[in-house]
Amino acid sequence: MAGAHDSVDVAVVGAGVIGATIALFLARGGMKVALIDRGLICRQASGVNAGTLTMQMTRVALIPFALRAHHMWATAPQWLGHEVGVVVCEGLSVAFTDGEAELLAERAAKRRTAGAPIELVDGARAGQIEPGLSDQVKLAGHCRVDGFANAYLTGIAYRRALVDAGASIRENTRIVAAEEGASGYVLRAQGGAMIAARRVVLAGGVWLQEMAAWFGQRLPIKCLINQLAVTERLAPVMRTVLGIASGLLSLKQYPHGTVVIGGGWQGIGDPVHGPRAIVPENFLGNVRLASHTVPRLMSGRIVRAWLGLEAETADALPAVGALPGHPHVLVCGSVHSGYTSGPYIAKLLAEQMLGHAADLSLQPFDVARLIEGANSPTMPP
Amino acid sequence: MTARFEAIVIGGGPAGMAASVTIAAAGHSVLLVDEAAAPGGQVYRATFPGLDAGPVQGDADRRLGDAWRARLRGSAVQVASEHVVWEVGEGFRVSALGSNGSVSWRARALVAATGTTERVVPFKGWTTPGVFGLAGATVMLKAQMTLPGQNVVVAGVGPLLAAVAYKIVTSGGRVAAIVDLSSASDWLGRLPAMATRPDLLARGLMWMARLLRAGVPFHRRSTISAVHGAARVEAVDIVPVDGDRRPIPGRQPISMPCDALVIGHGLVPQTDVTGLLGALHRFEVARGGWIAERDGNFETTIPGLFIAGDGGGIFGAAAATAQGELAGHAVSRHLSGHSTAGEIGRLRRQLRRAQRFGGAMAELMALRDGQVDAITADCVVCRCEDVTRAEIDAAVDAGATDVNQMKAWTRCGMGPCQGRSCGDVAAAIVGLRVGGRVVAGKFTVRPPIRPLPIGKLTGRFDYADIPIPKPAPL
Repeated sequence: MAGAHDSVDVAVVGAGVIGATIALFLARGGMKVALIDRGLICRQASGVNAGTLTMQMTRVALIPFALRAHHMWATAPQWLGHEVGVVVCEGLSVAFTDGEAELLAERAAKRRTAGAPIELVDGARAGQIEPGLSDQVKLAGHCRVDGFANAYLTGIAYRRALVDAGASIRENTRIVAAEEGASGYVLRAQGGAMIAARRVVLAGGVWLQEMAAWFGQRLPIKCLINQLAVTERLAPVMRTVLGIASGLLSLKQYPHGTVVIGGGWQGIGDPVHGPRAIVPENFLGNVRLASHTVPRLMSGRIVRAWLGLEAETADALPAVGALPGHPHVLVCGSVHSGYTSGPYIAKLLAEQMLGHAADLSLQPFDVARLIEGANSPTMPP
Repeated sequence: MTARFEAIVIGGGPAGMAASVTIAAAGHSVLLVDEAAAPGGQVYRATFPGLDAGPVQGDADRRLGDAWRARLRGSAVQVASEHVVWEVGEGFRVSALGSNGSVSWRARALVAATGTTERVVPFKGWTTPGVFGLAGATVMLKAQMTLPGQNVVVAGVGPLLAAVAYKIVTSGGRVAAIVDLSSASDWLGRLPAMATRPDLLARGLMWMARLLRAGVPFHRRSTISAVHGAARVEAVDIVPVDGDRRPIPGRQPISMPCDALVIGHGLVPQTDVTGLLGALHRFEVARGGWIAERDGNFETTIPGLFIAGDGGGIFGAAAATAQGELAGHAVSRHLSGHSTAGEIGRLRRQLRRAQRFGGAMAELMALRDGQVDAITADCVVCRCEDVTRAEIDAAVDAGATDVNQMKAWTRCGMGPCQGRSCGDVAAAIVGLRVGGRVVAGKFTVRPPIRPLPIGKLTGRFDYADIPIPKPAPL
C-alpha cells in the first residue's frame, strides 16, 4: 500500500464540534487537513446535546473559556458562516429548598469570581425575569450571558464551512491503528485505507481512551450517558434558560416551540455499543423536575427522549495537548459542558498549532496529568 | 411495583389476540396490552361503544373480530385496553400509560404484534382538510359509522380500495370514482395466488360487483396528481401512470369534483418495539419496508422477543392470525422448554395459503421508485414539521448520507409522529440519492413511541420525592 495513501499536514480524528473547529481553523490557516470520523459529522454528543450555552452549569475553571465560546456561538454566522440557531437570552439557576439555596449561593459566588456575571435574586424577582417559573422558587442565580444553540444543526453548519475551507471530510472511516512513519504518522482505517499525516489531532470525545491506546498511552475516560427529552411544539411557556442549583436540570424553549429537557440524568449505554436505553425512573424524575420548575409544561406532550455520550476525565476538566513522547499527536476533548466551551478551546489549540499567539493558556488542561501508569514513549509493536 | 407475567403481547389485532389466547391456553400467564378501547386492531376493529347499530350483518371482519373477542373473554388472558405502550426496555420491561398514569410490567417473553401504519405518498394538496387515509377511513366507517364525505373519490392501491368504496356505498354515500395505481393485468396476474383463498377472492368480487352496479367509474393505472380547494376538498385531478407508477408527462388530467378524497399507498410495518430493543432489521420492499429478522418460530435476533402479524412484514389479517397462533405456540415452548400438542402442521398449512394471498396483495401495494420520483419539490413530505421534498434534497446536497443526518438537518420526522407517517417516503427520497434504502437506513427509534402527555406521566408528586442525583462537579 506504500505510496497509495493520502498525505495531509494534519489528520483530525473525531468530527464533533471540537475536531471540526480545529480542522476548520487549520484549513483556513493554510494547512492540508483531513477530518476523519467513524460515523457522520456531529452525530454523537455534538449533534444530540441539549445545546445549552450557560455559565451556570459550567465548571469554574472553564468560565473564562465558556464566556469566549459563548461569544463565538452568538456570532457563528460571522466566523463560521452558517446558522446554528443560536438564541442569546438570560438564564436562571433556581433553588427550591434551603439546601439548594445554600449550594446556589456558594456556586454563584465562585463562578462570579471567575468572571460569570451572575447575581442572586429572590423568588419574586426570578418570577419577573421568567414568567413561566414556578412560584416555589426561594432563590435564583440570574446570569445575563446565557442562551442555547440548535445542536442538531451543528453538523450541517460545520460541514458547509469545512467544505468552503477546503478541508477533506472522511465520514464512515474508522481508524483502527496508528504507526510512526518517517515524516509523521500513518493512520490505518478499517478496510485498509491509509492516511499519512505530519501531525495528528485526537478529538474523539468518549473514544479518546481508545485513540490514545493507538499510541501506547493509557488515558482513562469515563463515559456519561445523558438522557434528554423534547416536547412537541408548544405555545410560549418560558423565555430564559432554566436550571437548578445542583445542575441536574436544563430547560429552554426553542423559537419553533419545542422545549428541551436535560440535566444529565443517566441512561444506559457505553462507548462500544453507543446509547442503548433510557432508564424510565430517571426519565420520570427529570420530567417531574422540569414540570415542577415550569408548571405549564404539564399540558404538553413529550415526543422523544434520547441519549448522548459525554466524556469525563478523572478530574472532570479537559484533556488538551501533546501525548507524552509524541509532540505531534495532540489531544483535545473531554471538555466538561464541551458544547458550550469546546469551540473556543479547539480554536486556541488550532492557533497554537499554527504558531499564533493565544489569549488564554491551555496549560492547566495538559493531557499529561491524566496519562496513567508507566508509559512507554515508544509505539507498541 | 412491577407486575410480572410469563409473556406480554403488545397489540390487540389479529396476531396479538391469537398469540395471547394460544399462550394462555398452554397455561402461561399472559398480558395483552392494547391502545384501543377493545381488542380487534384495525381489521377486526370493534364498533365505538354506543354505536352498535348499523349495516354490519354479513360483515366477515366483524364476525371474526367478535369471535376472537369472545375467545379472549373466555381465556385467562389479562387484557390492558386503553394502555399506550411508550417504552420497552431490556428484561422485557414494558411501560404503558393508562388512565392511572404510567405502569410497568415485566415478562420472560414478549410478542410484538404492532401491525402497520399507512403510507400516503405526498402529492399537491394532500394536506387539505377532507383528505383521509384509506386505513383511516376504515376506522371512521367501522368504528364510528361516519362517512368521510357524501361524494368521495377513493384512490391509491390494494384491496382496501374496493373494501372502503363498498363500505361507503353500502353506508349510504356516493363514490365519485375509484382511482387505482395498478392495472387490470396487475390484478389478473395475481389471480392464482388469490385463488388460494376463495373466500377472500369471492368477497372481493362481491365488492366489485356491487360497485359496478352502483355505477362507480374505475380509473385504472392512474393516480391523483392534485387536490383542489383551500378550506376543503372540492375536486381532484386524475392522471394516468406508467408501469413504474410515474405520472405520464403531457397528459391532460381529468378533474373530478368531490367533497372528500380517501387515499392510501400501502402499509408500512411498525418496528418501534423491535427497534427499541435493538433487534436486527432488514429492508424488503415487497413486505412493506424495514422488518425485523425472524426465524421460522417468529423469534427475532433478541432471544425471547417474538414478532407476529403485519408488523413483521405485510401478509394481511388472515396470515396474521395464523402467525399469532404459531408464535403463541413458540412462546409456550420458549417458556416451558417442551412443545405443545399437534396443530402446528395445520396452522403452517393455513399460514402458507394465507401468505400466498396476502403476499400477492402486499406486492401489489409495494412502493415503486416512480411514485417517489413524482413527488414535486414544493410538496410537503413531513406534515408535522412542514418539511418539503426540496428541503430533504437540500440536506442530501449538503452531505447528509442517511435519514438520521437528513432528519437532524431538516426536522423531517421530529414532530409528534416521530416519522411514523413520513419516515418510509422520506427514506425513499434519500434512498434515490444515496444508493438505495439500505444505505439510507431507518430513523432511530427512541421512546416514547407515542406522544406522552406530561401531566398524565408525572401524576401528583412532591418535590422532595424526586430522586435528584448528586450535584455535578463545580
